[in-house]
Amino acid sequence: MVLIGVALIIIGFAIRLNPLVVVTVSGLVTGLIAGLPIVDIITQFGEAFTTNRYMSILLVTLPVIGLLERSGLQNQAGHLVSKIKAATAGRIITIYLLFREIGAALGLLSIGGHPQTVRPLLAPMAEGAAKAKYGEIPEKERDEIRAHAAAADNIGLFFGEDIFVAVGAILLMKGFFDQNGIESDPISMALWGIPTAVFALIVHSIRLRLFDKKLDRTLGSTTKKDVIR
Amino acid sequence: MIFSVEFIYIIMGIICLCCSLYTFSDKANPRRHLSGLFYFIYSITLLFGSVIPPFYIGLMVIILVLVVGMGGLRKGSYGESSAQERETQRKRLGSWLFFPALLIPIITVIGAKGFEGVKINSLFILDPKNPTLVALGIACLIAIIAAMYLTKNTPQTAIKESRRLLEAIGWAVLLPQLLATLGTIFTKAGVGTVVSDVVTKIIPENSLFMIVFVFCIGMALFTMIMGNAFAAFPVMAAGVAVPFLITQFDANPNHIAAISMFAGYCGTLMTPMAANFNIVPAALLDLKDKNHVIRVQIPTALLVLAFNIVLMYVLVKWEV
Repeated sequence: MVLIGVALIIIGFAIRLNPLVVVTVSGLVTGLIAGLPIVDIITQFGEAFTTNRYMSILLVTLPVIGLLERSGLQNQAGHLVSKIKAATAGRIITIYLLFREIGAALGLLSIGGHPQTVRPLLAPMAEGAAKAKYGEIPEKERDEIRAHAAAADNIGLFFGEDIFVAVGAILLMKGFFDQNGIESDPISMALWGIPTAVFALIVHSIRLRLFDKKLDRTLGSTTKKDVIR
Repeated sequence: MIFSVEFIYIIMGIICLCCSLYTFSDKANPRRHLSGLFYFIYSITLLFGSVIPPFYIGLMVIILVLVVGMGGLRKGSYGESSAQERETQRKRLGSWLFFPALLIPIITVIGAKGFEGVKINSLFILDPKNPTLVALGIACLIAIIAAMYLTKNTPQTAIKESRRLLEAIGWAVLLPQLLATLGTIFTKAGVGTVVSDVVTKIIPENSLFMIVFVFCIGMALFTMIMGNAFAAFPVMAAGVAVPFLITQFDANPNHIAAISMFAGYCGTLMTPMAANFNIVPAALLDLKDKNHVIRVQIPTALLVLAFNIVLMYVLVKWEV
């Protein structure tokens, strides 16, 4: 019965209703089905909403990014990259992916992130490289480049962070095994994450290479830079 | 402590509150009152979340959702700088423009690593509850001052620019917090137990490969539903990994742990429920399709998931 809430979420997202509405309705329905009084459910909403305020930390980054964008930060990022002849959208994102994953593996989780790195720096750099190569970028390809930039940040972070011993996930699992009287070792857990981390890096780099080829095909492979030079 | 988590929330609230004042007076926004109300109420929940009783915060959250549901949240005009102005500023400042942006990660890392647990007069400098968050908040404050100095702009401009970005994100700004809320309600209602019951019922007990397969896919699916691999692990591990893999096939728990969490992360890459990673960035980057980031991530996620299944199978089998 409680799975009705899950079903509501899937249907709601599938028919593209506003996610906020879908999530709220599902929460209310699930709570009611489970027999929680409505006052309790609303209290629960308030409580969880308050304890999870940390998730909206991006609000603090907005003034910095806004001011810098107003002064042409994104243009400068694109400008710098357009001077490097070997730069392509895919290659720039690949380099970022590598740094992000290694950084996360060393416990430096906060060196990246969508508001502070992807929007002001990575996405404009990747776009700048594509612009230098192909001229103006149509909206469809522009969105594709940006989505790839955002994805690289996630993939680098996720598959890097579990290699760092003191990360939440490792501690959570250690705690779980302790509770169940099973012996486990955080260092060994972290080390056995390496094969998957390397595999993810390779697979995604290959995909970014293919993405460059796809851009070549759709936007023409004659590099504008060669023509100018 | 000297800098608490609450201090950072108050800064977030003040930024949001100031933005809402501009929204109320934005004539270019066809629904400026409702839109302003949205950001205003949201700022109240940030500022006073720990003071107002949770029931009233809950009511406010529902009002916020109603505003969005009625289509009351619209965009306005932001007096952006012209391409000409941006170019002159860019030429003047050059790569110094990166300086405040780079300050954010640098100060955050130094603060979180260097000052974690450090005390002055028996007071923690950074809130031990979440030092990274506090370090990030302080780093942003320093970066805001640097950016204002560098670009010769006023705090008013900083707020106006924040509003431009905030309204570009729009309703998505609320989604991560709301999804975390849903997660707690799901847990309370026992969704986790039901899912693990279903999984344990369909699991074929004697085929090692099928157990590994169901376990890894289960981790990914459960994560997709809950939007969070942390919620999936205890349930799936208790339901499948411990009784079948570790007890029956004598698998090494360290292998199981490392690989199953990654299987969960593959799920995170494929679900709108992980809004912070997948939906908010799409809004932030002004993508037409809010699921675009997910679409890009799915192939990698599926390939890595397949790799995880094979790796776990080989490791367990090899040890047997």
